[in-house]
Amino acid sequence: MSAFRDTTISVNGAKIALRRGGAGAPLLYLHGANGVPGVLPFMEQLAQRYDVLVPEHPGFGRSDEPDWVESIHDVAYFYLDFIEQLGLDGTHLVGTSLGGWIAMEIAVRNQTRLRSMTLAAPAGILVPSHPPADIFLMKPEESVRALFHDQTFAERMLAIPLTPETAELQVKNKFATARLAWDPRLHDPTLARWLHRVKIPTQIIWGDDDRIFAPVYAEALKTHIPHASVTILEQCGHLAHVEKTERFVRLVTEFAAKS
Amino acid sequence: MNVMFFHLMPYADVDLKEAAKYDTAWVTFPNTNYDPIKGQALYNRYLDETVLAEELGYDGVCVNEHHQTSYGLMPSPIVMASILTRLTKRVRIAVLGSAIPLRNHPLTLAEEHAMLDVLSGGRLISGFVRGIGSEYHAFGVNPTFSHERFHEAHDLITRAWRDPGPFPFYGKHYQVNYVNLWPRPIQRPHPPIWIPSQGSKETIDFAAHPDHRYTYLQTFSPVTAVGKFLNMYRETAKQFGYTATDTQLGWAVPVYVAETDAQAVKEAEEHYQNFRHTFLKMPPEMLLPPGYTSRESLKAIALAKSSMREQNSFQANIDMGLVVVGSPTTVRERFTGYWKEFGFGNLLTMMQFGTLPAVLTVKSMRLFGAEVLPALQKLGPRGFEQGPPAVAKMREAALAK
Repeated sequence: MSAFRDTTISVNGAKIALRRGGAGAPLLYLHGANGVPGVLPFMEQLAQRYDVLVPEHPGFGRSDEPDWVESIHDVAYFYLDFIEQLGLDGTHLVGTSLGGWIAMEIAVRNQTRLRSMTLAAPAGILVPSHPPADIFLMKPEESVRALFHDQTFAERMLAIPLTPETAELQVKNKFATARLAWDPRLHDPTLARWLHRVKIPTQIIWGDDDRIFAPVYAEALKTHIPHASVTILEQCGHLAHVEKTERFVRLVTEFAAKS
Repeated sequence: MNVMFFHLMPYADVDLKEAAKYDTAWVTFPNTNYDPIKGQALYNRYLDETVLAEELGYDGVCVNEHHQTSYGLMPSPIVMASILTRLTKRVRIAVLGSAIPLRNHPLTLAEEHAMLDVLSGGRLISGFVRGIGSEYHAFGVNPTFSHERFHEAHDLITRAWRDPGPFPFYGKHYQVNYVNLWPRPIQRPHPPIWIPSQGSKETIDFAAHPDHRYTYLQTFSPVTAVGKFLNMYRETAKQFGYTATDTQLGWAVPVYVAETDAQAVKEAEEHYQNFRHTFLKMPPEMLLPPGYTSRESLKAIALAKSSMREQNSFQANIDMGLVVVGSPTTVRERFTGYWKEFGFGNLLTMMQFGTLPAVLTVKSMRLFGAEVLPALQKLGPRGFEQGPPAVAKMREAALAK
C-alpha cells in the first residue's frame, strides 16, 4: 500500500496538487519538466524515513495555472510561501532537472527553513560550450529516449498508451516548461552570480550519460557552490531517481542524515 | 474584387536532393545550401515579376516575412517593399505581414512602415502577424508570450501612427517614455491593416473586432477551410453587431494558368509539389511550439492539416482548391464560383511557387493578366478606403493653402 495521500492545497489563491506520505523531517521533492504523474518507487522509499511532499508546480499536472507564474523567479517565491504556509522547518530540498533549478532559485532567496539540498542534473546555469539538448524540437519518441542510458526504461515508458488525459497533461507540462525555460533556454543568466549565497549542505548528482545536460555541468555548478559534493553515477542518464533508484535514495538519505 | 500579386520569393535554386536529406527546409536546414550569387539573380528576377504585375493591371503587390528558410528569402519584407515604392507607381504595396512579436522593439516596425507609407505616397497596406511557429525556434522568443506580445505590439504601433506624439506607453513587454514617430504615415488614421492567418478563432476575433475591422486573409488552405474561416469572420462580425464587408475578407492561393487545362497541369505539377513537399516541409514540433496556438486552435489546425496530408496527388490538391490551375477559362470560372460562394473582396494570387521558373511564371502571369484578371476585378466592389485618391485630395488641399 502506498504511503502517499493525494491532496489539494490552496496557495495564494491557486489550487496545488500535493502528494504527501511518510513521517520524519520534511523532504520537499521538486519535479522536472515532465511533471510527476504518479507515486514513483524512489518516493515510497524516501517516505520510509521522511515526511515526503511532492507538489505539482503551479502550471503543471493537476495544479492550477495562475497568471502570476511567468518566470522561474515566480515559482521560487511561490515555494517560499508554500513552505511558510505548511510550516515546514529543517526541510531537505530535493530537485531533479527543472526542479533542481527551482531549488537553487529558492535557496539563493531564503534558506532559513532549509536543511540540505540535493540537486540531480539540475537546469539553471549555462555552460556555453555545452548548451542543453533542444527538448522543444525533439520528436516524442526521441524526447523519451534522450532521458535514459538504459533504453529498456525508455521502451517501457513508450509502451504506455497515450490517453486523451495524459496527452492533455503532456501539452500542459510542455507549455509550463516553455513559459519558464524557453528563453533564456533552461537557465537564468543571473543565477550563477548569486549561488555563493547557498550556505546549506548541498550535493550534486549527475548521470555520466546524461543526454540533456552533459555531465560537465556538475563541475561547472561546483565552481559556484564550492562546498557541494559531486557524485557522478555510471551508466545513468538524465533521470537518476528513475534509472538508479536505490543509489539515488541512498545518496539522498545519507546526505540528509549528515546534514 | 481587388486582385493582388503575392510573392514568397523562395530559394527556387535549392538542391532538391540535398533538401530531401533533411526533415525540414526551415531553421535547421543548413544555410550552406544557399548560394548568394544565385540569390542575387533570384531577387532581381522576383522583383521583375513583381513590377510586371503592375503593368498587367493588378491592384497590389504583396511581400511577406519568413526567417531562416529556403521557403522565402525575405527575412525583411521592408527591404523589398522599399524598393517597390520606387519601382512601382500605382499599385498598393502590402507587407503581409511583419511578425510584430518577434521584434525586440515594435516601434522600429512602426517607423519602417511609416517610412514605406510616406515613400509610396500612401500606398502601403500593413500586415500584422505573429510569425509562424518555427520562427520562435529561430529567434528564441518565448512562444507562450506570443499572443500577449502581438496584442501589445499592435497597440503600440497603431497608437504611434494615430496619436499625436510625444506620449508615454507603459505596457508589460514594451515601455517607452516618448512615442513620437518621425515620419508619421500619410494614410489616416493609419495604413490599412491586414491579418493573414491559417485560421484560428482568436485571430478572427481580433481582426473582426469593431475597433479593428481588419481585413482577414486565409492563407494557403483547402477551399473548405477558406469558406469555413471567412464565414466565421462574418459570423463574428455579426455577433459584434455589424455586417462585415467583402473588403474585410481575402484569400491567398497559388495560381497557374496555361493555354489548356492539360498543359497547365503538366507545367505546374512538379514545381507545386516541390513547394508542398520541399519548401513547406516541417515537423510538428517546429511548426507548433508550446503556447503558439491555444489548445483549442491546435486541434483545429491539426485537423485541417491532416486532411491536407492525406491526399498528395496534384489533382487532389486542385480538387481541394489548395491551388487553382488551368486554362484562363477554367481559372476564371473557378474563382468566380468560389467568389459567389464566399464573397471575398481580395484575391491574393501566388503566381510563383516552389521551383516554378521565370519563363513559366511570366507566361502564366501574362495569360492571367490578359484573360482572367479583368473579369475578376469586376466581381463586387473594388478599391481601398484610403490610399492614393485620398492622398491626392490631401495634396490638392495643401497646395490650395
